[in-house]
Amino acid sequence: MGTKIGCREGDCGACTVLVGDLSTGTLRYRTATSCLMPLGNAHGKHIVTVEGINMTDLNPIQQAMTDESATQCGFCTPGFVMSLAGFCLSKNEPTVQNAITAIDGNICRCTGYKSIERAATHVAHLLEPRNNETPTDFAVGQNILPAYFTTIQDRLQTLSLGVDGELKNDNPLAQRIGGGTDVYVQKHDEIKDASIQFLFDKTELKGIQQEGNQCIIGPASTVTDLIESEIIQRYFPGFNDYTKLVSSTPIRNIATIGGNFINASPIGDFTIFFLALDATLTFSNGVTLRELPLRNLYLGYKMLDKQPEEHLTQIRFDLPGATTRFNFEKVSKRTHLDIASVNSAINLTVENNVITSVKLSAGGVAPIPKRLVKTETFLTGKSITEDVVLQATAIAQTEISPISDARGTETYKRLLLAQLIKAHFIKLFPELKVEQLLIQ
Amino acid sequence: MKNIDSRTHVRGESIYLDDIPLVQGTLFGAAFPSPIAHGIIKRLDLSVAEAMPGVVKILTYQDVTGENQIGGIVPDEPLLAEHHVHYVGMPIAFVLAEADDQARAAVKKITVDIDPLPVITDPREAHAKGELIIRPRTHRLGDTSTAWAQCTHISKGRADSNGQEHLYIETQGAYAIPQENNAIKLYSSTQGPTAVQRAVARSSGLAMHQIDVDVTRLGGGFGGKEDQANMWAALCALAAHILRKPVKYSLHRMEDMAMTGKRHPYSSDFKIGLDDELRIIAYEATFYQNAGAAADLSPAVLERTLFHCTNSYFIPNVTATAYSCRTHLPPNTAFRGFGGPQGMFVIEAAIAKAAENLGIDASVIQSRNLNKTGDEFAYGQKAVSEAHACWNKAQELYELSAIRSRIDSFNATNVLYKKGIALMPICFGISFTNTRMNQARALVHVYTDGSVGVSTGAVEMGQGVNTKMLQVAAHEFSVRPERIKLQATSTYRIANTSPSAASATADLNGKAVQMACTEIVNRLKVVAAGEFQVSAEEIILKDEWVYVNGERTDWDWNRLVMEAFTKRVSLSEHAHYATPEIHYDASREKGHPFAYHVYGTAIVEVTIDCLRGTYDMESVKVVHDFGVSMNPLIDRGQIEGGIVQGLGWMTMEEVVYDKAGRLRSNALSTYKVPDIYSVPKEIAIEPLKTEQDNLAIFRSKAVGEPPLMYGIGAYFALRNAIYAFNSTAAIPFDAPMTPEKVLLALYDNSAKEDSVTNEQTESAKHLAANS
Repeated sequence: MGTKIGCREGDCGACTVLVGDLSTGTLRYRTATSCLMPLGNAHGKHIVTVEGINMTDLNPIQQAMTDESATQCGFCTPGFVMSLAGFCLSKNEPTVQNAITAIDGNICRCTGYKSIERAATHVAHLLEPRNNETPTDFAVGQNILPAYFTTIQDRLQTLSLGVDGELKNDNPLAQRIGGGTDVYVQKHDEIKDASIQFLFDKTELKGIQQEGNQCIIGPASTVTDLIESEIIQRYFPGFNDYTKLVSSTPIRNIATIGGNFINASPIGDFTIFFLALDATLTFSNGVTLRELPLRNLYLGYKMLDKQPEEHLTQIRFDLPGATTRFNFEKVSKRTHLDIASVNSAINLTVENNVITSVKLSAGGVAPIPKRLVKTETFLTGKSITEDVVLQATAIAQTEISPISDARGTETYKRLLLAQLIKAHFIKLFPELKVEQLLIQ
Repeated sequence: MKNIDSRTHVRGESIYLDDIPLVQGTLFGAAFPSPIAHGIIKRLDLSVAEAMPGVVKILTYQDVTGENQIGGIVPDEPLLAEHHVHYVGMPIAFVLAEADDQARAAVKKITVDIDPLPVITDPREAHAKGELIIRPRTHRLGDTSTAWAQCTHISKGRADSNGQEHLYIETQGAYAIPQENNAIKLYSSTQGPTAVQRAVARSSGLAMHQIDVDVTRLGGGFGGKEDQANMWAALCALAAHILRKPVKYSLHRMEDMAMTGKRHPYSSDFKIGLDDELRIIAYEATFYQNAGAAADLSPAVLERTLFHCTNSYFIPNVTATAYSCRTHLPPNTAFRGFGGPQGMFVIEAAIAKAAENLGIDASVIQSRNLNKTGDEFAYGQKAVSEAHACWNKAQELYELSAIRSRIDSFNATNVLYKKGIALMPICFGISFTNTRMNQARALVHVYTDGSVGVSTGAVEMGQGVNTKMLQVAAHEFSVRPERIKLQATSTYRIANTSPSAASATADLNGKAVQMACTEIVNRLKVVAAGEFQVSAEEIILKDEWVYVNGERTDWDWNRLVMEAFTKRVSLSEHAHYATPEIHYDASREKGHPFAYHVYGTAIVEVTIDCLRGTYDMESVKVVHDFGVSMNPLIDRGQIEGGIVQGLGWMTMEEVVYDKAGRLRSNALSTYKVPDIYSVPKEIAIEPLKTEQDNLAIFRSKAVGEPPLMYGIGAYFALRNAIYAFNSTAAIPFDAPMTPEKVLLALYDNSAKEDSVTNEQTESAKHLAANS
């Protein structure tokens, strides 16, 4: 009863639940919007609704919410409480900023959020003395969550012996579902009774590894997996800033990178990100493997160079080197938890102030997520000057075909892409004269 | 005192419509909406849908047992479409099935042939074609036609504000359970239980006393459930009445967004004239309200636009005309502020335009023209003003000049980011402008165990009204709050209620509770006086004890209550309150419609990213006229929430209909309301405490709607920030100021490229925006 239906598309967080699993060996909880989570992805896991964290008295999360009057109509409230419970169970540093990040997928229409911020601040302070204690033990020890949480690891382990293999689906044409964060928004009614092959928990599709100068990513890795990867953090120091612009905590917890590619949205944030990294994909049809550069995957609007029986098994890309500079930009109507009007990523190598190689991608400007090849060709071999950047923005205009829609008019998207290209250079080359790029 | 629902809210134990346990045999409804905005129904084919699994019945207008009509103010809204459809989403048929999914699956199998007719989505076009919902209304003060001669600075322009989706997180819904003798128990997520009761009685052909509308709470309303809960309640009740089965319909988000109306978009023209001293001498405004396809509450919303068309300013010569224009959109409806914000946006645009033409800051004109006590509004009421007090206190407390110099130096040294600031004074009238709605009743029972039950017509939707009612009863009885329970709102307990709206719910119902409690207290005092052989005047009840002449006795509350019962003295009271002093003559457009006004001033500061066109809300700093807040925690929450909702309306919330009248911003993925990152980094609220008496409950002024209008300041702050980057930008007054509009304005070159006047540019831009 406490889990509320708000939007049915992962955009309000009223239905947020905790999902505990043993995929990393030890019990780990993450939040998820239950509206987009198929039962198949709950298999063998501990699902906690607000009822599961109620104790005789209000727990300190609930107490903070009431003390700060952070609940008015109350309909969104269980979702906020669950997101903060997820924060208490995560290994993230207990900072106020991380507490706010934990509730960045929850929409409240009554409070204006200030009281909720105050409550979240209290919760963060509660966790400060945690030190190296495991989050679950600390939360139980401090009476933040019910004692039964300490028994779940053993119970899940016992259960997992029994559920092995139950997720098999041999139908080669079954609809494959990763996190389902877009599929269940776009065609919920069509697929709710369909034959489904659940990919989310397949261990062979998980993992983020480094081999030499290459990074190998299992396509069922979630955005949160990337955020928590030391490899990604080391090679992309701005990664947390980029991902803050991408959906919300509960969606990042369940959205997979492979799903983002196969979904073929012309505006997929991670598609744009990995296009600039010139990632290579490996597909399997069950018998043979096929490699395909991500840049060649998209044939037209939502059309893929992929056979129905093929599925993605691996994503591979070259990690940035010492002379490589990378940046990701995204602008949407609402800066966070929104779909981009235009997004773009750039990956370039500079030696002696000359661009030796460049990969530039853009979304929202064509029927497919696009590499701006003409602009890349122009930039290659050039020294970086304000004039070169301005010329690049002009050339980019010749290779895009944005349309007017709910995310913006064509005029806007054209201007915005030019601005985001400038933004790449302003960020990566602070020596450029901003005035010359902005004021003409 | 905290909201009394906090505990169950945070535990997920509060009951909303969708949480009510189902009665066995409950059927599920789903509406089949018109796919076409305007046309004539040629053929409706239900045959495939009727054969779908679980489908029990599909209702059309022919099945309506009463009158096929739910229009409240104007009878122009059928429950189910007959031969014409007037908007996309207009219910044509209502499917009843054994399961929720089955009902929706069957809806998809209904087909309809509709001969399309021309579609109007623009209110000016509707006006030009004579499509008006009601007669135009005009408010006049002085004589603008002669006043222009006294003006040295005259500015004209156009201002547009878009609609706003309510986005209550709990969608609309109803659950009807048939009772004996054709009565119906009806759970409805409504702000107006009586409005639902009337609509059901009319459409099902029942008497009002047969319909018990029961409302525990809403998961948000904001005006969206004042009138527009009626449709779903009436459909469920009709089906329950016909089939003698419980019927539930809880709308999915996309159904809700597509089928319900929103805040009214307005397109307006203004002309403002100032003298050499920058006093506003004359103001003319013409408002074109986009009412949608039926009247709904549009006439009342239109009226409030006129009442607030001069906001907080005294203007001696005013002519303001408003047209309620019929278009082929879902009927637009109440939304926090109820037309007031739309009117205020236009006068603020007019002042901004005048300031821009004069090369001065708008606040110079704003401050010079704030009203004073005794100044007359165009509708005849005299102001009891706190406008200067709020403005001056805000300037001093928040050190406005220091803010300005900080912003100036920031802007002088930064290219990538620019800051902007704007002041937003507000003046909002409290009362329903329809005078007869300003009445309320309360039913108070004291039980023999000393516990107290309070029923009112107020609906709790997060605004904390039940907490305030409880405070009133606890105060009057002088007992612990735990003794008191607020009962669900029910048309069987409290009849003929006004909706919980117009910010007036706590005042009206609180006064009624106060009267009922006082009456019971008086009786109890007589009982005590008899026991202690003193006069009733010598008795007081304090902290659950009986005092005689200031001395505590050994009689506590429980003993006194039991003694009264033993003596057969009534422990119940039903009280009636009607706001005194108010009146309004709509034929003359003069009167005294408001019990009082709420004033305030906000200072809004924003930063724009000149590279990307995005922006941050830095701060909203407010001095607000609370009177004397009876619940600072709740009132603070109302102000913070109102400000953010107003900011959303002015910035990112963009309702988009296409030319064919189809809603394009039809889900949370395409319609964006503020999230936690988009709210101001700081909201400061300083009360203006006034000792003046007023008609508010405990002198605690209404707080629901007024703060929303502080958000209008964000629009003008963004404009000012854009000018700091591009001083020649042509920026039409066209809210919301989305990142798209900001970026286009930052890089607007039209003033440099051609020599047309600003005004022509603006009208060209408007045409482009609407094409």
